[in-house]
Parts: sequence; structure tokens; C-alpha cells
Amino acid sequence: MNTVLEARNLSKAFGGIQAVDDFSFDLRRGEFLALIGPNGAGKTTCFNMLNGYLKPDRGSVRLQGKELVGIRPRKIWRMGVGRTFQITETFLSMTVLENVQMALISYHRRCFDLFSRATRLYRDRAEQLLELVSMQEHASRACSELAYGDLKRLELAIALAHDPVLLLMDEPTAGMAPSERVALMALTAEIVARQQVSVVFTEHDMDVVFAHAHRILVLNRGELIAEGTGSEIRENPMVQEVYLGGGAVFEAENEAASA
Amino acid sequence: MGFYFAQLLTGLANASSLFLIASGLSIIFGVTRIVNFAHGSLYMVGAYLAYTLVSAMDLGAFGFWLGVLVAAAIVGLIGLLIEMTILRRIYHAPELFQLVATFGVLLIFQDATLAIWGAQDLLGPRAPGLDGALRIMGEPIPEYDLALIAIGPLVLLGIWLLFRKTRWGVLVRAATQDREMVAALGVNQAWLFSATFVLGAFLAGLGGALQIPRETVSLQMDLSVIGEAFVIVVIGGMGSVTGAYVAAVLISVLNAFAILIFPQVSIVLPFIVMAIVLTLRPHGLFGAAGSEHGAPTEPEQPLRLMGEKGMMILFAAMAVFALSPVIVGDFTTVLLVDVMVATLFAVSLHFMMGIGGMVSFGHAAYFGIGAYAAAMMVKQLGIGMLPTIFLAPAVAGAGALFFGWFCVRLSGVYLAMLTLAAAQILWGITFQWQQFTGGDDGIVGVWPAGWASSDKVYFYLAFVCCIGGIWFLRRAAHSPFGYTLRGIRDSRTRAEAIGVDSRFHQWMGFTLAGAVAGLAGTIFAFSKGSVFPDSLGIAQSIDGLIMVLLGGIHALAGPILGAGVFVMIEDWVTRLAYWRVIFGIIILVVVLLAPDGIAGGINRLFARIRAVRKGGTA
Repeated sequence: MNTVLEARNLSKAFGGIQAVDDFSFDLRRGEFLALIGPNGAGKTTCFNMLNGYLKPDRGSVRLQGKELVGIRPRKIWRMGVGRTFQITETFLSMTVLENVQMALISYHRRCFDLFSRATRLYRDRAEQLLELVSMQEHASRACSELAYGDLKRLELAIALAHDPVLLLMDEPTAGMAPSERVALMALTAEIVARQQVSVVFTEHDMDVVFAHAHRILVLNRGELIAEGTGSEIRENPMVQEVYLGGGAVFEAENEAASA
Repeated sequence: MGFYFAQLLTGLANASSLFLIASGLSIIFGVTRIVNFAHGSLYMVGAYLAYTLVSAMDLGAFGFWLGVLVAAAIVGLIGLLIEMTILRRIYHAPELFQLVATFGVLLIFQDATLAIWGAQDLLGPRAPGLDGALRIMGEPIPEYDLALIAIGPLVLLGIWLLFRKTRWGVLVRAATQDREMVAALGVNQAWLFSATFVLGAFLAGLGGALQIPRETVSLQMDLSVIGEAFVIVVIGGMGSVTGAYVAAVLISVLNAFAILIFPQVSIVLPFIVMAIVLTLRPHGLFGAAGSEHGAPTEPEQPLRLMGEKGMMILFAAMAVFALSPVIVGDFTTVLLVDVMVATLFAVSLHFMMGIGGMVSFGHAAYFGIGAYAAAMMVKQLGIGMLPTIFLAPAVAGAGALFFGWFCVRLSGVYLAMLTLAAAQILWGITFQWQQFTGGDDGIVGVWPAGWASSDKVYFYLAFVCCIGGIWFLRRAAHSPFGYTLRGIRDSRTRAEAIGVDSRFHQWMGFTLAGAVAGLAGTIFAFSKGSVFPDSLGIAQSIDGLIMVLLGGIHALAGPILGAGVFVMIEDWVTRLAYWRVIFGIIILVVVLLAPDGIAGGINRLFARIRAVRKGGTA
């Protein structure tokens, strides 16, 4: 399989704290990659170096061979990287459909158009995208009225508007009810498989991670300490130690499993 | 050498008076997030009260200082009254509402002061015991100036002790950082806010009262000081008392020396310094990030295209309007041109604020540039009227392009203040640059071309330009560009994440709004036949804000309704003796009772009718 994203030796320090230290990974086409780690492990810093909000002290990020370091976030978006936010960011004074249309208008570089009717542009494509995330029945609702889970799905539709090769999702299920979490990630996984988009996501909910991630990277204190599939990560004693705590509960679980 | 030292001392004395008013303004903003336009009125009332008290008591030095303190205390009580009756109701309103409401208070104060003390300027008594001059390095320095130089830092020290050593002061500092958190901790906010406002009002009153030996007490004191006080607060950083002192010293001392080199500079210097400081430090010298926004606003509803019925009503209304000159007299025709000009101006301001999310306190700048450019093109360059109608708005657009570049780097109150600064700089230039702009005398004889000189013909010319301009901006509001601006206003993060260069789009939106305001100014210049510096003054900017607010900021029709009603009310009210009071009350009624303006009121009315109908058929 071909590689979509190559991160090499990413490092970032804030003052005296080394937030991320010499972090490297590859991402294949269509891969669903989880970035996990305890609070303060450097997940968000990593993320912000991938999407251009932070400039790494050292290292490089290449998207299909093109360097991303030093490029503004909006240019990175134009190169085919979509993103969703930990706390949703949408245009609250617009309808659901208009939110998606805005992404398409920007993608087609029509933002300076003064004479067309914005609501008539790229309607069909926007409706398709909403259908993809099962939001079509909410199309004409005001975004400010939506439930949080629906806003998350809307963000996903917006992020897919420019046919990205890579999707960066920062804690996609934060603030959602457990049942909604599973539904959203199942939907994301399905879209990823169908559209052959690659995804990097950070997540705190281990159920979500183990259920959907093809591969998991574990960060601790800015360093990559483990990498592998769900079951490999579960078995990894170092991960158990630093991340899951390695306490009595876990041992009891293991004993129960082996018994 | 002695002369320069004397200038320095004069600068420091001025700094103390400015600091007193600016520190109150800054403390009030820090805690309540209200930009108090009426702060200059409190200052003025402090001066008048001190004048009356000191003259009446005639008790020598003791009487003077007692009078000053009592005057300041009374102003503090007046502040309490304002806070409890008006401000308390608008803490959660957007900053625009608060500004306009406090402007209403300012108008009421102007007439109240006029009614009590009369229109005559009053020459205050000297401070007994400090009425001489000391010779320092050979130069005479008024003793009172030396007292003021000491009072400024003493008050700063007093505030510092109050904020550091008392529980109340700790609460004030905490609220300045995070109001919600303080409320969540169970602090009685109503009491905290009232007390803060009283302190701010007291300081303003003290500042005014201390001015009486230096300055004649007049009805112009409020507006002349408020612009400078805003500048000081913004340079120092909103909410920072130390910042206010540093900024006051910076401005006053710079000013004391700058007038030696270039005497005309004093009007614009503070605003130039502010523009430079804000460009380098977007939150002022001592301000914290996040201090620029008032209360969060509720998201507005999605735009709707007008239905067929609405279109028909609109066309009918336009047809009636277009035919009106045939029916009504010339006097009314002229008034209707005023309405159209005001509407175009209000719509351009609404485009910038409502659509673009950039609150401007100085939109008159571009109206004025348009008016002056038209007047100068016709009078000095001999360009015909028709080319001027195209060229003058382009000049206004160029002005907006220039100032907009600085403004879009900021947001919230800081952006608003920088737009105000831009307008004041331009106002200062037109006022001072006698040979080009005619200064205070303005430019007269700017009449339309011969064929358009009758009131009826000019009405149709204005109709085409203004209605055309309004149509264009409404169209733009529904266009991808308008949607992009609204998107940036809603969420800059999201806009950037879908590849929108938010700053660049805002800059272009600013420019477009400026050019259209310039068109309104151009039509205005030809209809009046003259232009004066007023056309880019604070009052003109505030008029625009009131129109937008009166109509309702959340509706595209808002500025149209607002401007129409505003001009009509103004035309009727200004014939009355105490029109400011009436106008101020109208403003307060709108802000307090109908914060969504006329358009919002109509919408609610329709919603209620619809609900009743539905209830009836079901």
C-alpha cells in the first residue's frame, strides 16, 4: 500500500518542557490511525504540527511527498487535509446545508463572488455530503439548534467537502454520550473505507479506539512508546504501565482472560 | 532647558487629569465590560458641581478641596443611579447596545446640564493657596499644576492599595480577569458591578472637579474629553489602571513637546499613537488577550430570501417612493433625499457590523471622505458631477483600504476603537488643514450639475445611486462573499479550516463598506451644497450606529427601517428646545425594551399573528 503521510523526527518544546520528542510515523492510504496517550503526552501538540497550527522545532511532515512544515493551515487544507475540532466549530448563523456549501464555495474559490446567490451554489454536492453522514433531514435547520452529536456529524461532512486524502480528527467523540460515540466512529470508519481517506485521530475513549483503529500509536511524555494493532497495544506491558496504570484491575482482567 | 522642563511639567499635570477620567473608564470596562460613553458627562457634571459648591461655600482652601470631594461623591451617587436604572439591564447585551445606551445617557446629561447651569461657559475659581506660580529653572510653573502632578500618582497608589489590600479590590481584579468564574464562586455580582461603577464615576467626577481652576467649565467638556479618554484606556489596555496612567503620561508628555514642533498636531496625536500601539500590541500596553470582547452574543438566525409576497410589497413601496416627488412638496423631497442618504450609510455600516462582525465607532470617516472628495473634485479640480459620483466613493474606498488594513488586525472593542481613531484623525486633518479643506468653514458651493439642480431631478439621481447601492449590498449579503464574512464572524477557526483567509476577506469587506459609505457622503455633499468637518465627526458615526440599532442589527431590513425612522424622528425632534433629552430617552427605550429593534419587533409580531392563526384553525 502507498504511504499518504510521512512524519519524521517531529520535536517541539515549550519553554523547558519537551512536549514532543523525535516522533516519526507513516500513514497508509485508507488507514485509520489512533494517537493515544495520557493527558500531557503531546497528542494535541503532534496534531497541531500536522495541521500547520504549530511549527515544529525539528522534523518534517510530508503529504504525498510534499512538505507541510512551514505552510499555513489553510494552504494545508487546500492540499487535501480536512479536520474536525475537539469542540465543534461551525457557522452558527447558517443552516446545516449552508455550512457544507460554504466549504464547497471556498474549495471552488468563489469566496469573492459578489453576485451569485450563495444558497444556490453546489447544492447537490452539499446534499450528497449530508447524506453521507445521514444528516439530510436536518439540511434546512439552523445550525444553532442542532444537538451536539449532530454538530459532530456536520463537521465530518464539512471536512469531507473537498475530497481530502487525509482527515485529522481531534478527539472526535469528546463530549458525546457513549452510544453516540460508537455510532459516530462507526460512520467515520465506514466512510473511510468507502472513500479511501486516511484518518489520524486522538481519542480518550479506549472502546472507540480498540473498536475502530487499524493501528494505534501510544505517546507518553512526548515520546512514541508503542505502536501496533489494538490487541498488540492491549498486551504491551509498557503501555499498561504508563497509560492504563497497570493496576490490580488489569491484572485481574488478564487472569480472568487466561483462566 | 528650563523651558523644556516646564513643558514636561505641563504634560505631567495634563496626564493626571486624563488619568483620573481614564482610570474610571478602564475599571468600569474591566469589570462590567461596558464601554461607557457617558463617562465624559460624569466628568463634566463633576466640574459643574464643583464650580457651584466651591463658589457657594467660599471657605478658602478647605472649602475648595471639600467642594471638589463632595462634587466627586455626588457624581459617584449619580453613577449609582445610572447603573441601577439602566446599565444593570444591559450587561448581557452586545457592546454596540451598551455604547448606544450610554450615548443616550450622554444626550440626557447634555440637556440636563444646559437646563441647570445654562449655556454660558463658567470660569471657575482658582484653588486658594495654590493660585500662584513657582519659578523652576527660571520658568513660571502654576502651583496648581504641581499639585495635580502629585494627585495623579497618589490616586494611582490609592487604587492600587484598594485593589491589593481589600477583599473588594481582589474581587474587582478577579472579575476583570473572569466574570463568569467570580459569579460561579457565589459573589454578588450586582453589588460588585454597582460599586465598581460608583468608583469609576467618582474618579470621573474628581477629574472634572479638579479641572475647574485650569479650564472654563462648558457644555463641550463631555465629548471633548471622551475621545481622548478612550484612547488612553485602549493604549493602556482595557481594564488596566496602571496602563491608563502610563498611557496618560505618554500621550500628555508627547503632546506637550509635539505642539512645539507642529502646533496643529494635538487633535490627532493621541489617535496616531493609539493606531501605532494597537498595530504593534493588539491588546494595548498592559491589556490581556481576550479583554476585547463584551458579552457573548446569541447566534442569529439563517438569512432567508424574500418570498414572492414580500417582493411584491417591496416593489409597491419602491414605486410609491419613486413617485413621491410628484405628490409631495419640494421640502419633503429634500427630506426624502436625506432619508435615502442615511439609509445607504446605515446599510453600509450594517454590512460591516452585522454581516462582517466588525463593530465600527468611526464609520463616518468614509462618509466624510466621500463628501470631501466630491466637494474637492468639483470645486478644486473642476471635475464634473457624474464622474465625481464614481470617483469620490472610490477615494473613500481607498481610505477604507488604508485604515482597514490596521483595523482588521484587531477585533471587538479594540477594532471599534481603532475605527474611531481613524475617524478622529481624519476629522482633525479636515479641521486643521485650512487651505485644502476650509477647516471649520468647510467647503461651500458644491452644487450638482445644472441639469440636476432641481430638487425633483436630484431626487431621482439620489434614488438611482442610493437604492442602487442598497440593492447592491443586499445582494452582496446573499452572495458567497457575504456568506464568507458571516462565516468569519461566526467562527474564524472554522473559516480558516475550510481555507478562507479571514483577515483578507474582512479587509475587503471593510473596504467595500467604506466605499458605499463614501457614495452616501457624495450624494449628501451635492444635496446640501456644502461639507463640514461634522460629516466625519463622532456624532455622525453614532447616528449610523443608532440607525442600525433602531432598525435591528440581526435583520437585513433593519438599517433601512432604522434610518427612515431615525431621520423622521430627528427632523421632528430637533425643532424642539430640549431635543437631546427626548432623543436620549427614545434611544434608551429602544435599547431596554426592544433590543432587537424595529425589524425584530415586526418579526415577533408576525410570529405571534402566525401562532394565533394556527391556534385558530387547529
